[in-house]
Amino acid sequence: MRITVSTEACVGAGQCVLSAPDVFDQDDDGVVEVLAAEPDAGQSGAVHLAQELCPSGAIAVQD
Amino acid sequence: MSETGEQLVVDFPLRKEGEPFPPPRYCEYRRRDGLVLSYLPDGRPVWLVTRHAAVREILTSRKISSNPDREGFPNIGETMGVPRQDQIPGWFVGLDPPEHDRFRKALIPEFTVRRIREMRPAIQGVIDKVIDDLLAAGDEADLINDFALPIPSLVISALLGVPAADREFFESRTRTLVNIRQSTDAQRDLASRELLRYINRLIEIKSKWPGDDLPSRLLAGGVLQARELPGVLLLLLIAGHETTANNIGLGIVTLMENPQWIGDDRIVEELLRLHSVADLVSLRVAVEDVEICGQLIKAGEGIVPLVAAANHDEEVFACPHLFDPGRSARQHVAFGYGVHQCLGQNLVRVEMELAYRTLFERIPGLSPAVGAEGLPYKYDGVLHGLHALPVRW
Repeated sequence: MRITVSTEACVGAGQCVLSAPDVFDQDDDGVVEVLAAEPDAGQSGAVHLAQELCPSGAIAVQD
Repeated sequence: MSETGEQLVVDFPLRKEGEPFPPPRYCEYRRRDGLVLSYLPDGRPVWLVTRHAAVREILTSRKISSNPDREGFPNIGETMGVPRQDQIPGWFVGLDPPEHDRFRKALIPEFTVRRIREMRPAIQGVIDKVIDDLLAAGDEADLINDFALPIPSLVISALLGVPAADREFFESRTRTLVNIRQSTDAQRDLASRELLRYINRLIEIKSKWPGDDLPSRLLAGGVLQARELPGVLLLLLIAGHETTANNIGLGIVTLMENPQWIGDDRIVEELLRLHSVADLVSLRVAVEDVEICGQLIKAGEGIVPLVAAANHDEEVFACPHLFDPGRSARQHVAFGYGVHQCLGQNLVRVEMELAYRTLFERIPGLSPAVGAEGLPYKYDGVLHGLHALPVRW
């Protein structure tokens, strides 16, 4: 699993931080920050939820 | 208006007095192929969107605009007697990308998950004080006027750095503005002008004597112009006030009926989905021809995504009318979707969590003072909620 994000598209809703706090954070500008670009398989559910809930489509996940 | 196949034609208002919410007819709309044609009170046609996937598609489409100045935009607020605020510079919910993005980017640092977590003690302090006042006043109360409305008002005034001496003024004017049943159009108009004048003065004060608050940081950031700040601050105030109060009030009713869930972490998300207070808020207009659910929407046609209908879509939420915090409710669109998704969503989550927890902990004997059928539900505005919630303990 590999995660890429678009900081350009991010609208700072924070859905990813709520869904997968070990994988995503928000920087001081409120913009998405990836803590683990290739997280453990155990994070798969949380990461896919974050991707689905992101309101601006800023998260891409490659399985 | 383009029509393909057999269309169901319905009239506004969509909600009728005495009906449950969401109205049973949303179910019927959702089961039909395509979209539903409706007519606003002024006679203009609009498309109603009720399915979860279709609502998300509308709210993320670049061919669809949030700009109320565009020809064909469904100005339901105006036609239902709520004053329009969107002529003020800085009212950025009415802007499309890329103009919108400058405002959003300037504000998101104020509403991150971390920043809101840091605000928890201050929010708890507000709630404790409101409950102190409730308990001091006797053994009965109207939890809308005495609990659900003061909480967001006091939290927003803290966020905006309103000095303690001015909070009563601020709270009374914001209350007049949102309490539609207890104020006249003229009173709301006056309150709105007084608030805007106050906000202008607040900005002057913060530019001379900056504090640890949102307006001071926006001024220092320099991304937004001084003339845009009053609109931004008024928008934060209005967007975060009645919506939050309605969620708090309706949630209390649901929790008094389902006390076994009090204290569970999952109630907030399910209450947001179940009550969907901002049903008629995310209005749109097509700027290019776009096909949704097999229906061609032509450029210039108005669109009304009904978030309560989407949040009760059986394909996504089984037995959607049931309060079941055990379900996975987070796919709800109670905060909208797309680039305009509620900026303050993490703040309202914490306000709801702490409000319920503190209320039921400190007043365990809380019970309704009127039967469920006697509760005065709002059915004539853009938001779902309660006008009053009489309780005793």
